[in-house]
Amino acid sequence: MTFNYNNVYINNYSTVVGPYEKDGPLGSKFDRYYTDLYNGEKTWEKAEVKLMQDSIDILLNKINKDKKNIDMFIAGDLLNQITSSSYAALKYEFPFLGIYAACATSVEGLILASSLIDSGKIKNSIVSVSSHNMSSEKQFRNPTEYGAPKPKTATFTATGGASCYLTSTKSKIKVESSTIGKVMDMNQTDPFNMGAVMAVAAGDTIYQHLKDKKRDASYYDLILTGDLGRYGKEILIDYLHSEYKIDISNNYDDTGTMLYDLEMQEEVMAGGSGPACTALVNYSHIFPLMERHQLKRVLIVATGALFSPTFVYQHEPINSIAHAISLEVV
Amino acid sequence: MEKREYQKIVDRHKPTEPRLKNAFIAFVIGGMIGVLGQLLIEFYTYIFDISTKDATVFMSVTLIFVSCLFTALGFFDKWVSFGKCGFIIPITGFAHSMMSSGMEYRKEGPIYGIGSNIFKLAGSVILYGVVSAWFFGMIRYLLLGGV
Repeated sequence: MTFNYNNVYINNYSTVVGPYEKDGPLGSKFDRYYTDLYNGEKTWEKAEVKLMQDSIDILLNKINKDKKNIDMFIAGDLLNQITSSSYAALKYEFPFLGIYAACATSVEGLILASSLIDSGKIKNSIVSVSSHNMSSEKQFRNPTEYGAPKPKTATFTATGGASCYLTSTKSKIKVESSTIGKVMDMNQTDPFNMGAVMAVAAGDTIYQHLKDKKRDASYYDLILTGDLGRYGKEILIDYLHSEYKIDISNNYDDTGTMLYDLEMQEEVMAGGSGPACTALVNYSHIFPLMERHQLKRVLIVATGALFSPTFVYQHEPINSIAHAISLEVV
Repeated sequence: MEKREYQKIVDRHKPTEPRLKNAFIAFVIGGMIGVLGQLLIEFYTYIFDISTKDATVFMSVTLIFVSCLFTALGFFDKWVSFGKCGFIIPITGFAHSMMSSGMEYRKEGPIYGIGSNIFKLAGSVILYGVVSAWFFGMIRYLLLGGV
């Protein structure tokens, strides 16, 4: 399903990160960083709430608006019952929609906000995501102090909060269209190889988007997937080529491989992941490049592994989804 | 695309894990912990003038305490990431698994947090350890008459 938009613009954005992201190649581009993973809070979960709230505070400050003037707040995260988002939302009294698409949440939020703004139901919206390396490790894997060895294909959940302000008032970046993806299953069962789980969803959504818009992959200056990581990237290029004869090898990158220095920061293994990963890279690096006209047309395809430890222990495969949003400089 | 065909693409881009290197590191580290244990036994028998059996208990307690302390100080997880099964398989790994679970869930309180979760990783080891001990005990009793 592909939507076209006429009057939706990305007005402003904000990012807050933890120490690993600060040490990465984009380190100087974030609005705020913490050198401690607790960032002054008592638990990992509260630290994650704080990251999202910080990003909203910074954004409200940037756009110089009071919280009463925000029509809709759409947010999501990785924790059970998306509690980071609801606890963060409590502070602002925004009308709130909580969403979940694992690491594809940020683009799902942008699509929802764009659709509501385009339909005229609302005038503006803040879309936020957060993830925290430690709170996700605790929920999905082993205790954080355990430090179990991981294979090379494992990804590293990004610590950060990111918010984006969309309006119907004209600004430099226009939301041109979006494609909502389908849930995919390729019988992948390895939670340490999420790139393989999600590459198929990314491939399918890219194919669907290009088909619906009757475009060639070269139409875009850059096609960006969310968090496929080093090996997932190779799988996607291979998959798109062998299944759909689409070649994206010249204008494609993955935000999971951009957030960290994969050679120097060995603990991140194949790259970053988590809802914050793609949002952090887009809001700190890609959007400013677009505003400076260094990139004109960008297709962001956020990928999410709809992973539940319970289902995996019950021998069910891990499903995935990918949503795409096309942005253009005006 | 067929799932089987997709799996072929996935396998094509799967990096090889340095299994031999990992096994070698685990062998050396695990062996060093064994040597350390033996040294501790010798040390305790010499200093306290006790039997090897008693000194073995002292040695276990020492290794458990030290790995718990190192976990609590926050660097044992990095050692585990490097030394892999060399640290996980000996008694140090068992202590580390309980300590790390306990630390992780202490914010949820003594009952719903630490109490409910401390055996999160170690529970399987205890359960199947006890069950297999019972089975082997029975086999020994039936075949050898409890000798």
